[in-house]
Amino acid sequence: MTSRTVEIWVGLFVVAGIAAMFMLAMQVSNLGTYSSGEGYEIEARFEDASGLKVRSPVTMAGVTLGRVTNISFDGKSYQAVVTMTIEKQYNQLPAGTSANIYTAGLLGEKYVGLLPGSAADPCEDEKLQAELEGRKPDLQGLDCKPQHLAQGSKIQLTQGSLVLEKLIAQFVSSFMDNKEKTKNK
Amino acid sequence: MKLDPIRNLGHSGLSFFQRLGRGNILFVNILRGSPALLLRPGLLIQQVYSVGVLSLLIIFVSGLFVGMVLGLQGYNTLVKFGAEESLGVVVALSLVRELGPVVAGLLFAGRAGSALTAEIGLMKATEQLSAMEMMAVDPVRRVLAPRFLAGFISMPLLAAIFSAVGVLGGYFVGVGLLGVDEGAYWSQIQANVDFDDDIINGVIKSVVFGVVITWIAVFEGYDAIPTSEGVSRATTRTVVHSSLAVLGLDFILTALMFGE
Repeated sequence: MTSRTVEIWVGLFVVAGIAAMFMLAMQVSNLGTYSSGEGYEIEARFEDASGLKVRSPVTMAGVTLGRVTNISFDGKSYQAVVTMTIEKQYNQLPAGTSANIYTAGLLGEKYVGLLPGSAADPCEDEKLQAELEGRKPDLQGLDCKPQHLAQGSKIQLTQGSLVLEKLIAQFVSSFMDNKEKTKNK
Repeated sequence: MKLDPIRNLGHSGLSFFQRLGRGNILFVNILRGSPALLLRPGLLIQQVYSVGVLSLLIIFVSGLFVGMVLGLQGYNTLVKFGAEESLGVVVALSLVRELGPVVAGLLFAGRAGSALTAEIGLMKATEQLSAMEMMAVDPVRRVLAPRFLAGFISMPLLAAIFSAVGVLGGYFVGVGLLGVDEGAYWSQIQANVDFDDDIINGVIKSVVFGVVITWIAVFEGYDAIPTSEGVSRATTRTVVHSSLAVLGLDFILTALMFGE
């Protein structure tokens, strides 16, 4: 075999190997579903973030908007601080958005579900306040735009994960209470 | 006379460590001789052809059939739990994490490792290596280093081809034959296979196996007793030792990578 054909075959082999690795990377792994990585970070505090992991999805209306990038513990308030990165094209989330930790399926992975709330608008607040007090609204110095979540925003309304043992304990204690009540009657 | 068994034990222990030492010295010498290959890429290309390209067919066919069998077996088990949509995950994870590197490594040891040992051993038996030394050509650099590097390059590529073809084989059986939803097959794979944890670790495994298999093959050939029987024994040892090394190392690597 001439060295030319050998070289062509080796070239084809290397190309096929790299193509296979590329196919594994893009088609068979989650690399293809990654976003550009650019986005803004928001923060939420949960009473209980058990089961949530770094890189868990953050969804709204069932669509993944971003990922959890960090989970830490706040030693002062004893809460879990969850940092999430939202892709930058979703920059219209209203400021009143609430965050809940849900479970996918009966036994599935935990994920953060965002529920849209009202977009807090300082001008509207001022108008309402003025109407109640019977005076003219003072709109000077106020930014008359609905507020959106942006880099560093904190989500106020949160609901942590549901732990099965807690639910059962609640159910059992309320069941026992009822029983005692009926006995006393 | 009574001490003979103990003497034999000592002898085999000593010769084992001598072989181990010779193997390590050879490994270092090969690594030192490798940079010079950049000046003569023709040698390397020739070896990549005989080590990698000629192994393509067996890797391709085995990968296809392993993937197809995984698809069939996985489907039959998963359908009992109503989870046949997860077929893609079963096929892809088992191929990328384990079967791709390991089975490709075993096939590589049988197909390319044995050929390397026989070739080098025969070169030694026919005194070609001594002739090279007479001409002041270092056989480690001229003969062993290109073969070692070729195995090092080929093995990850072969393992990747094996995994990719296997996933396609599972796709043909699962989606084409058994009626798993096509979108579910790929989306489940993409949702559950992680690039860093699964793909990169699989590639690392195949690189390690490639180094170990070609090192054993090259060393056994170079260290063979220069007779026809010695060469045949060395070839057998290459296949046995490198297969055992692949399986043993696979357990260690898996425990390091996936055990928490």
